[in-house]
Amino acid sequence: MNDTYYKSEDLKKFGNVGEFQKPLADKFFDYYGEVFKDSQLTAREKSLIALAVAHAVQCPYCIDAYSSDAYEKGWSEGQMMEAVHVACAIRGGASLVHGVQMMNKVKEIAM
Amino acid sequence: MKSLKAQNNILADTHEQVEIIEHGQAGDLTLIPFQQKLEKSGLYPLKPTQIETFQVNIGKMCNQTCRHCHVDAGPDRKEIMTRETMQQCIDVLKENPELKTIDITGGAPELNPNFRWFIEEIKMLEKHVIVRCNLTIILANKKYSDLPQFYKQHHVEVVSSLPFYTQDRTDRQRGIGVFEDSIKALQMLNNAGYGKEGTALILNLVYNPAGAFLPAAQSSLEKEYKQVLKEKFAIEFNSLFTITNMPINRYLDYLLTSGNYQTYMEKLVNAYNPYAAENVMCRNTISVGWDGYLYDCDFNQMLELKVDCNSRHISDFNREKLNRRNIIIGQHCYGCTAGSGSSCGGTVVK
Repeated sequence: MNDTYYKSEDLKKFGNVGEFQKPLADKFFDYYGEVFKDSQLTAREKSLIALAVAHAVQCPYCIDAYSSDAYEKGWSEGQMMEAVHVACAIRGGASLVHGVQMMNKVKEIAM
Repeated sequence: MKSLKAQNNILADTHEQVEIIEHGQAGDLTLIPFQQKLEKSGLYPLKPTQIETFQVNIGKMCNQTCRHCHVDAGPDRKEIMTRETMQQCIDVLKENPELKTIDITGGAPELNPNFRWFIEEIKMLEKHVIVRCNLTIILANKKYSDLPQFYKQHHVEVVSSLPFYTQDRTDRQRGIGVFEDSIKALQMLNNAGYGKEGTALILNLVYNPAGAFLPAAQSSLEKEYKQVLKEKFAIEFNSLFTITNMPINRYLDYLLTSGNYQTYMEKLVNAYNPYAAENVMCRNTISVGWDGYLYDCDFNQMLELKVDCNSRHISDFNREKLNRRNIIIGQHCYGCTAGSGSSCGGTVVK
């Protein structure tokens, strides 16, 4: 079974989404380009944020793209892994904090 | 690590190497030919503007064996420019006042026994001299420790590779201990006044990606380099040149053995920039090999692609003929035209 939903070569075709709806795609890519420019945060800092978010949303294309981009922009392996742990901690924390809700409910109904 | 030549690697045969660059290892790589890109940009055949920079490779011997070296330089390389060939270069420089900048490279050029004499002779002609110093040579032996003073005395511009401002990436590319020695050498150059405001002693650094990727933006990297080197090591320098690694010799070997060749070439092709193509360095530079043969650039030199005109050796140097020649191109040329472009002076599109 070589058939998978995710194909690495599809990343290169991202720009083709405009084939079905060009005006919205153009607006998105213009916005995207603008977001990642040096501004109050540097393009380098934004790349590391993107890497963490890519892991949080578990997008294989984004992980592929921003692993390369962050490394090219000079982040070390250790720094990149720490960014992934930030994503992991927030995701894990997001589950765990709901434990308070669980506790509240249990305390409400327990004798 | 031995050079590819000492290993009898297939890439040491430049004909084989050109074949691989053009068609891939299995002969089935089909990328858009560089010539076609130039044609679309209205730049084919690629012609010189005016030759102003005279780049001389005075030997392939080096105290380092960097993994990305397009020269395949190293301690086992014995090719060294003789004093007679250097004299021929000096004669050409005397007769051609338009050749304003002399860019001396290697290997480690300082290992040529006539290196200092060569610079002294050129400086008498009041030319601007650049030396591509690998930094560690300054600490390699006591006889080289006065190099910063020698450079200062002759107002030589120093251009030095420091592939990154961290030890890890630098040592992975250039060898264990290189970062530490490079930092010490930079501090020695700073102490001599190099890279310091108001001294007019120019110290530029070179960034090469330590892997199969293209350089990040030169201006951003320069800012980071300046900040980190200043804070951590009190080092100052003038400019950072980001240089794209060329798929030639040891870097080509790395790309092939790591399985990155095709992806890297696709990246270069996709990043072709016609403005960079217009400003490639081979249009105003002539490259002289250790044996006096003339090439369009240091990269064509390493592929043994001599200039396409009948002024092919320093002994037959004819600037007018060279200015009229067609520059030899190949798929490796994508390395100079990707993104903001790449040259021995960094990006070509500012």
